[in-house]
Amino acid sequence: MSRKIQDSTNDKIFMIFVYAILCIVLVVVIYPLIYIVSSSISSPHAVTSGQVWLWPVDISFTGYLTLWYTPMIKTSYLNSFIYTSAGTAISVVLTIMIAYPLSRKTFYGRSAILVMVTFTMLFSGGLIPTYLVVRELGMIDTRWAVLIPNAIWVWQMIIAKSFFQSNIPEELLEASEIDGCSDFRFISSVVLPLSKPIIAVLVLMYAVGQWNAYFDALIYLKSDKLYPLQLILRSIIIQNNSGGIADVGLQVQRQQLTELLKYSLIVIATLPVLLIYPFVQRYFVQGMMVGSIKG
Amino acid sequence: MALNRNTVTRNIKRGVFEEAGMSFRKHWQLYLLVIPPVLFFLIFKYYPMVNAVLAFKDYNVIKGIWGSPWVGFKHFRMFFENPVFWTLVKNTLVISFYQLLAGFPIPILLALMLNEVRSAKFKRLVQLVSFAPYFISTVVMVSIIMLFLAPRLGFVNTAFNYFGLESKNYLGDPGMFSSIFVWSDIWQTAGYSAVVYLAALAAVDPTLYEAAKVDGASRIQKIMNVDLPGILPTITIILILNVGSVMALGFEKIYLLQNKLNISSSEVISTYVYKIGLLNANYSFATAVGLFNSVINLVLLVAVNALAKRLSNNSIW
Repeated sequence: MSRKIQDSTNDKIFMIFVYAILCIVLVVVIYPLIYIVSSSISSPHAVTSGQVWLWPVDISFTGYLTLWYTPMIKTSYLNSFIYTSAGTAISVVLTIMIAYPLSRKTFYGRSAILVMVTFTMLFSGGLIPTYLVVRELGMIDTRWAVLIPNAIWVWQMIIAKSFFQSNIPEELLEASEIDGCSDFRFISSVVLPLSKPIIAVLVLMYAVGQWNAYFDALIYLKSDKLYPLQLILRSIIIQNNSGGIADVGLQVQRQQLTELLKYSLIVIATLPVLLIYPFVQRYFVQGMMVGSIKG
Repeated sequence: MALNRNTVTRNIKRGVFEEAGMSFRKHWQLYLLVIPPVLFFLIFKYYPMVNAVLAFKDYNVIKGIWGSPWVGFKHFRMFFENPVFWTLVKNTLVISFYQLLAGFPIPILLALMLNEVRSAKFKRLVQLVSFAPYFISTVVMVSIIMLFLAPRLGFVNTAFNYFGLESKNYLGDPGMFSSIFVWSDIWQTAGYSAVVYLAALAAVDPTLYEAAKVDGASRIQKIMNVDLPGILPTITIILILNVGSVMALGFEKIYLLQNKLNISSSEVISTYVYKIGLLNANYSFATAVGLFNSVINLVLLVAVNALAKRLSNNSIW
């Protein structure tokens, strides 16, 4: 969009104002993030005596090394990877399985199913009734409880459905039907290859959602060997249980190390997501655009 | 199937069933595909709705949901008569409306400002950075809040001490709770929410800008007369969704931010349901409270949507 408007003085003042505000926004958003990363690679003493303002002080990797040698952290990190990869696979497959048929005009009963699905966005049975169903299925304290009960997000399904509707040409379908191509065949050799962008969006959104989730794990999991990283984080930072990680002799040292570990933990929990984020941002934006065309 | 029986009935009816039968024979693979997802919705979304009858019963572990005795509206009455009811409703509404008033306009302003920026690089940078906090998990977000606001060693207090101000325990102050919750939420989601408005702005008819230019409109006039009217439908829809969900305050972040000192202003319906239901195993009562909340949410959303439809012809269905 290159509209050249001759800026009047008022407009110039206005633009300075706009740039100033946006620069403040930049600083306000980015400063806490830099502060956390800097703290995580500073020495325990520098962190607890408030010496860190922007850049790391007395660079040390004590925090990360301590985390590396803590079995509990490793287990939960591994658990989070398992939940994220398995959960994403299950969610994406299930979402496509319902979104594609609902995108087809010849699918009888599509509006009934669509109403049934979207109604769950407006009304739910509630926490306890859902918990009782999961318990009845014997899923409590198993990995399934984290993977299955919220596997399909209705919003994702709507985004995928509208993508299929507008990107799989009817002509292709008709041509393949004349050739006697079955629906499965059509999906695997035409629909999926044409739908890489939407599959990328689904994978990313589900993966981030699953990596960041803690609620299902909190209510359904009992044994800590199944806990995802987020729950361990909660217990160490929010509930302040160092859980014997900072196993150093002196009380002062232990306190300093515990404080430092909180910063390192935040970094390792957020790093996987923030590292891929600049590369995938446009897919997220695309996903939101598709969704916002018609909700 | 039902085909034979219905061939005798009226033509239109027969047409429908024949069409269904044909579609089914020809596309049976598609129907096979939807079975697992449909089962998912039936089991994990609709079965709980049926289970919600628990709200009208006294749950007995041995007898199960259906064997437990009916008690009518006993649990609802208990909830309404309990003084905690008003505290919960008040806290939920205070936080929600605060969030609506502060959190709703900011993404719009951000999008309008970004839309004015001519340097594509700067625009991309601001978008990239302001969008990033959206990917931080709730647990990490609350961890950051707690680290920054810690009474000792916290960044905010250290900075204030530096300027000679006294340390305060912000998270222990009930009066500060809603501000902490709302402003951290804005920090985290404003960039993300702005994307929808930016998309709407990109779709505004370019000839309107031409016309504005010809008329010699200033930038502010252009924003007021072209940009804002152009994205009004989007604004309305987002507003409907927000107003419709004022009672549906999420559990995750509030629960993590709660502590003994701020509980008087931080206990909301969803956290109360969790504590009464799962921590105290008072299933029936918690189900009643949750059901009350779900029904209010549904009614609110339908009402706000109907209102918007009458006033502006924009609605979500």
